[in-house]
Amino acid sequence: MSAAEIPAPRARRAAPSRETLVNAGLGLALLVFGLGAWLLDEPFLITLATKVAILAIAGAGLNLVLGYGGLVSFGHAAYFGIGGYTSGILAHHALNYTPMFEWPFLFEGSTSMPLIWLFAMVLGGLAALAIGALSLRTTGVYFIMITLAFGQMIFYFAISWPAYGGEDGLPIYVRNGFPGLNTLDPIQFFALAVAVLFAVLGLISMLAHSRFGLALQAARQNRQRLMAVGIRPGGVLLVAFVISGAITALAGALYADLNRFVSPSMLSWHLSGELLVFLILGGTGRLFAPLAGAGLYITLEHVLGGVSDYWQFYFGLLLLGVVLFARGGVIGFLTGGRHG
Amino acid sequence: MSMILLIEQLLNGIQSGLMLFLMAAGLTLVFGVMGLINLAHGSLYMVGAFACAGVAAATGSFWLGLAASIAAAAAAGAIVEVAVIRRLYARDHLDQVLATFALILIFSEGTRWLYGSFPLYLNVPAALSGSVTLPGGIQYSLFRLAIIGAGLAVAVGLFLLIGKTRIGVQVRAGEADREMIAGLGVDIGRLYTLVFALGAALAGLAGALVGTIQSVQVGMGEPVLILAFVVIVIGGIGSIKGALIGALLVGLTDTMGRVLLPPLFSLFMETSAATSIGAALASMAIYILMALVLVVRPGGLFGARA
Repeated sequence: MSAAEIPAPRARRAAPSRETLVNAGLGLALLVFGLGAWLLDEPFLITLATKVAILAIAGAGLNLVLGYGGLVSFGHAAYFGIGGYTSGILAHHALNYTPMFEWPFLFEGSTSMPLIWLFAMVLGGLAALAIGALSLRTTGVYFIMITLAFGQMIFYFAISWPAYGGEDGLPIYVRNGFPGLNTLDPIQFFALAVAVLFAVLGLISMLAHSRFGLALQAARQNRQRLMAVGIRPGGVLLVAFVISGAITALAGALYADLNRFVSPSMLSWHLSGELLVFLILGGTGRLFAPLAGAGLYITLEHVLGGVSDYWQFYFGLLLLGVVLFARGGVIGFLTGGRHG
Repeated sequence: MSMILLIEQLLNGIQSGLMLFLMAAGLTLVFGVMGLINLAHGSLYMVGAFACAGVAAATGSFWLGLAASIAAAAAAGAIVEVAVIRRLYARDHLDQVLATFALILIFSEGTRWLYGSFPLYLNVPAALSGSVTLPGGIQYSLFRLAIIGAGLAVAVGLFLLIGKTRIGVQVRAGEADREMIAGLGVDIGRLYTLVFALGAALAGLAGALVGTIQSVQVGMGEPVLILAFVVIVIGGIGSIKGALIGALLVGLTDTMGRVLLPPLFSLFMETSAATSIGAALASMAIYILMALVLVVRPGGLFGARA
C-alpha cells in the first residue's frame, strides 16, 4: 500500500519534464561559463566556476539527507572539513617526507587525488556513522541542535589540536595530482570537479529512484507507514547519512585542493548554514538544487561583494525574503511549480 | 594544583554556567511555547552587549548601560518577533533555521557596519572592581561574584514568574495547548511577543555582563548560542529547570575540563603532548557530555518528549 502513496519519480515520465530541461540548462550553464572563461583567458572566473562545482557537490551530499530524507543536518561542515583535512594532512606528510606512520607498514602520505578521495570518503562516512547513530536517536529540533553541536565539537578539536596547524590551518604547497591530468591548469581542474559533480548527481538520482531512495523519501513523509511495510526508518536514514557524509567529505577534499589550503574555517558552523542556504535557494529536494543554489550564492557574493563590504547584510535580507515569500527556490521559480 | 586555584575555577564554572542559563532560558521558553528554533538568539546577546558598551561610553555609567542592554535587547526582540518570527511559527524547522540564520547575517553585518570589526571593552563599575577575600583566604573578583549573584537572582525570579504569576500560567498553558488558551480569551499574539522579548532581555543582560569580563565584538553571540543549544539538549527542551541544571553542568565541565585534563594527562605522558591532548579533549568535553546524555536519555534530563 505504501508504494502507491509515494509519488512516482518524475524522471520516469515519457517526455522530459520542465525540471529536467532546467537541470540540463543549469549543467550546461556551468560548463559554458567555465569554457567561456577559458577561451577568454580568465583563470579567476574558471576558479570561481570550479568553486561552484565543488560547493554543489557538498550541497548534493546534504541534499540526500535533507531533500530526500527530510533530516535538517546543521553540521555538514564537519564532513566537509574532514575531507579537507584528509587532503591536507596526506599531502603534508608526502610533501615533507615525514611518514604518517611506520607501523604496521610504512605510509608516507599521498599526493594522488583518487587515493585521497577514497580516504576522505571513508573518514567522512565513518564520522557520519558515529554522529548519525547518536543524532538519529532524536528528531526535529533536537536533531538540528545536536548535529550543530557535533560539528562545533570537531571545529574546536581542529583549533586546539596543534599538530596540523591548529587555528592557522595547513597549506598544501602543490595541488595534488590526478593520473593523466595536470591539475595545476585551472581548466583541467575545473573539468575534474565538474566530472565529479555530474557523477555525484548521477549517483544521487540513481539512489533516489532505487528502492532505497523510495524508502528514504517515505521516511521523510511518514515514518509510521514505512514501519508498517516492514522497513525500519532509522536504518535507512543512517545509511543515507553516511553516504551524505562521504559525498560532502569528497567535496571537502576537492575544496582544499582548490584553495591549496585547509583551515578550521572549513569546519565552521557558518559553512553548515551556507550549505543549507544553497539548498533553499535552489529549491529543497530537487536534484540540481545544490548547483543552482551554489551558483546563485557565488554570483551574489561576487557581485554584491564588489558593491559593498557588508554584502552579507543584503544577502541576509534576500535570504529572509526567499524563505518568507518565495518557497521553492530558483528551480521552483523556473519550473513554475512547487515540489511535493 | 592548589586547592585555591581549584575553588576559583569552580566559581568561574558556576559563573559561566549561570550566564549560559540566561541564554538557554530564553531559547527553551521560545521553543517550548512557540515551537520555534531561534538561531538569532545570539544576535540579541550581541545587541545587549553593544547597547551596554555604547550607553556606558556615552554616559560614563555602567548601570545605565546595563539598563540599556536589557531595554535594547527586549526592543530588538519584540521588533524581530513582530516583523519576522511571527510568520515562522507555522513553518517547518528548516524555514525557521534559515530565516533566523538570515537574521544573524543582518544583525552581524549591520553591527559591523555601525561599529567596525574591532572589539570594544567595558570597564567594570568602580563599586564592583577589585577582589574580595572569601572564607579560606581565596581572592576572587568581586564583579564575577556579582555576576553569580545576578544570575542566581534572575533564575529565582524566572522560576517565580513562570511558577507563580498569571503570565507564567499563560506561558505554561501555551506550552501545553496553544489553541485552547487562545480559545479561553488569551491574546496569544501578545503573549508570544512578550515571551520572545523576555527571552531577548535575558540574552541582552547576559551579553552585557559577559561582554564586561571579555570583550564586545561582532559574532560574540554565536559560540554562546551553540553552547546554549548543548545546554538545552542536555536539560530537555522547554524545561527551565533543565536549562538551569544543564547550564551549570556545561559551565562546570567546560571550565574544569580545561583546568584538570592537561595535568591529568601529564601524569602518564610527557608534558607537551599532555598539554595538547588535554586541551583538545577539554574543548570536546561538553559535546562528549551531551553525547552521553543522549545515549542514556535522548529527550534530555528533564525533557518531556524526545
